Amino acid sequence: MSKFLEVTNLNVSFPTEDGEVRASNEVSYSVGLGETLAIVGESGSGKSVSNLAVMGLHNPVRTKITGSAVLNLADGPVDVISASADTVRRLRGKSMSMIFQDPMSALHPFFTIGDQIAEAWHLYNKGSKKDGIKKATEMLDLVGIPDAASRAHDYPHQFSGGMRQRAMIAMALVNNPSLLIADEPTTALDVTVQSQILQLLKDLQKEFNMAIILITHDLGVVAEVADRICVMYGGRIVEDGTVDDIFYRPEHPYTLGLLNSVPRITAGESHRLRAIPGQPPSLISLPSGCAFQPRCEYSTKVSSGACASTVPSLSDKGSGHLSRCHLDAADLNNLVKDKA
Amino acid sequence: MTENILELNNLTKFFPAKAGGIFSRAKGEVRAVDGVNLTVGRGETVGLVGESGCGKTTVGRTVMKLYEPTSGQIVFDGQDITNLDRKEMKPIRSKMQMIFQDPFSSLNPRHTVGTIISSSFTIHDIEPEGGVEHAVRELLTLVGLNPEHINRFPHEFSGGQRQRIGIARSLALKPKLIVADEPVSALDVSIQAQVVNLLDDLQKEFGLSYLFVAHDLSIVQHISDRVVVMYLGKVMEMAPTRELFANPRHPYTKALLSAVPVADPKIGRSRERIILQGDLPSPVNPPSGCVFNTRCWKAQDICRSVVPETIQISPLQTVACHFPEV
Repeated sequence: MSKFLEVTNLNVSFPTEDGEVRASNEVSYSVGLGETLAIVGESGSGKSVSNLAVMGLHNPVRTKITGSAVLNLADGPVDVISASADTVRRLRGKSMSMIFQDPMSALHPFFTIGDQIAEAWHLYNKGSKKDGIKKATEMLDLVGIPDAASRAHDYPHQFSGGMRQRAMIAMALVNNPSLLIADEPTTALDVTVQSQILQLLKDLQKEFNMAIILITHDLGVVAEVADRICVMYGGRIVEDGTVDDIFYRPEHPYTLGLLNSVPRITAGESHRLRAIPGQPPSLISLPSGCAFQPRCEYSTKVSSGACASTVPSLSDKGSGHLSRCHLDAADLNNLVKDKA
Repeated sequence: MTENILELNNLTKFFPAKAGGIFSRAKGEVRAVDGVNLTVGRGETVGLVGESGCGKTTVGRTVMKLYEPTSGQIVFDGQDITNLDRKEMKPIRSKMQMIFQDPFSSLNPRHTVGTIISSSFTIHDIEPEGGVEHAVRELLTLVGLNPEHINRFPHEFSGGQRQRIGIARSLALKPKLIVADEPVSALDVSIQAQVVNLLDDLQKEFGLSYLFVAHDLSIVQHISDRVVVMYLGKVMEMAPTRELFANPRHPYTKALLSAVPVADPKIGRSRERIILQGDLPSPVNPPSGCVFNTRCWKAQDICRSVVPETIQISPLQTVACHFPEV
């Protein structure tokens, strides 16, 4: 069975004066209903850009997009990349929806929370203004805002950060979308509120059988909520696998480095963090060959010098666990063991 | 020589909360820091953690005397600096320095790296051995930057490199205490580890003491010797890092620790989590009794009426709770 969203060979680039910013290169991923896909990467790895393309939110004049992103809707598949702006607009909010990192700048400060949620509802439903507010109240209640009926008449500045994020979720879900793209939904929040919001997303996913794409840099968040993970680096997906694949059997040196550089709260003795040396690459002048090669401690182990010249392909080494590295997973494991 | 580089005794900092309008008058007070006792030993790293709005940054800034404390006492290196004025503070400032959260706004965009770092020498009228430029180049090498970049401007550097510039600036006068306010939270994960390692190395080399203000508990656990947990301007719990993480005694600490996502799916799935209800109450109008009572699952009548005393639960661990965990 095909998944709900299938992104294939998506390329997104922005021509600028300094050169072409190649933010997303041959990116492919898919997510099914009821499934959570996490896209992990550092800033500038292209994780938001590819999903904004799916939502059709890039400036069509200044952005070059190729590839496809097919939504398998009940009445047939639609490729949102080649579809007209009008078609995509009619899908936004209803079939796919997005929540953003900063709820303060994503909500309009001049309108009440209830009005803003009702506006999204009115786009796809007939009803009076009162019905809209009633629906908004219902949604606010669903996302756990206490005393929703009166809070619907509040303005965004009267809400706390966590409540604003809940209001955003309420707005994104008011038309019961099948796909929710959450771009760093908890990065701006405190940990106690973050755990509330993550729990809420999990509960709502169960209730509505949504596909969720979670964009984040926080490996802890990923470990708690994701089913599958795509790791991005330099505009490419470098590893793709289940949560357990990525955390317990990483096959790409970057993933390995990322996991090692996070201090573990469970670790007993504190040890020196194993940082990845160097800086992430610029998307304007990506290194030839593997983008991670200049920072990779294992690149010298590849005898042919292929790392510096050829971009490794994203190859399946069995059971749907993909990795973009010239080194064989078994060889990498041996090298890691030798070092330890 | 006293044992502690820094001692805060019953420190409070209230900000006036203004009503709107031109003729605004004080409507009340924001109790940002409310009776904080804390010490930082020589060569020690004390982590100060809490959610946003708990007053941890205000503590850091009040220690630096960037804010005048409302009451209480700040003892730095055996000297009471609570009531010193700007002029009297100047020689002391060379011994305590600050690293800021945002590496973009804390560096003057119109100054070169050399000017930024050497301003410490100019302000304090110090001629370092071998000349200013030599000293700046040494500092750049020390924090892992290329000394050839002395004439570049901040925008030519990445976030992690800028944070290194900020660290180099803070080290210029060989301080004894560094107040680091969220020094790595604006950086990417792989860069965070680089900067944390740098701070570790510098501490070993120069015997620095750190007051490390952060919200990221895994970083704090990694870098701190002791941890102070704040909530709504008050210290909830204070303990050596290992004790605090292994055996939190305050319900808030327990909830905070359980809320931290663990980068290990198996542990994430199996552990029990405490999800606190609601948000942080307003510090203008804090709850009566224990400030945490509105979100605490153990709260009883006494918690709503009586402010809990800070009790010494073991020689190094204190907790302010009527019903501490065992």
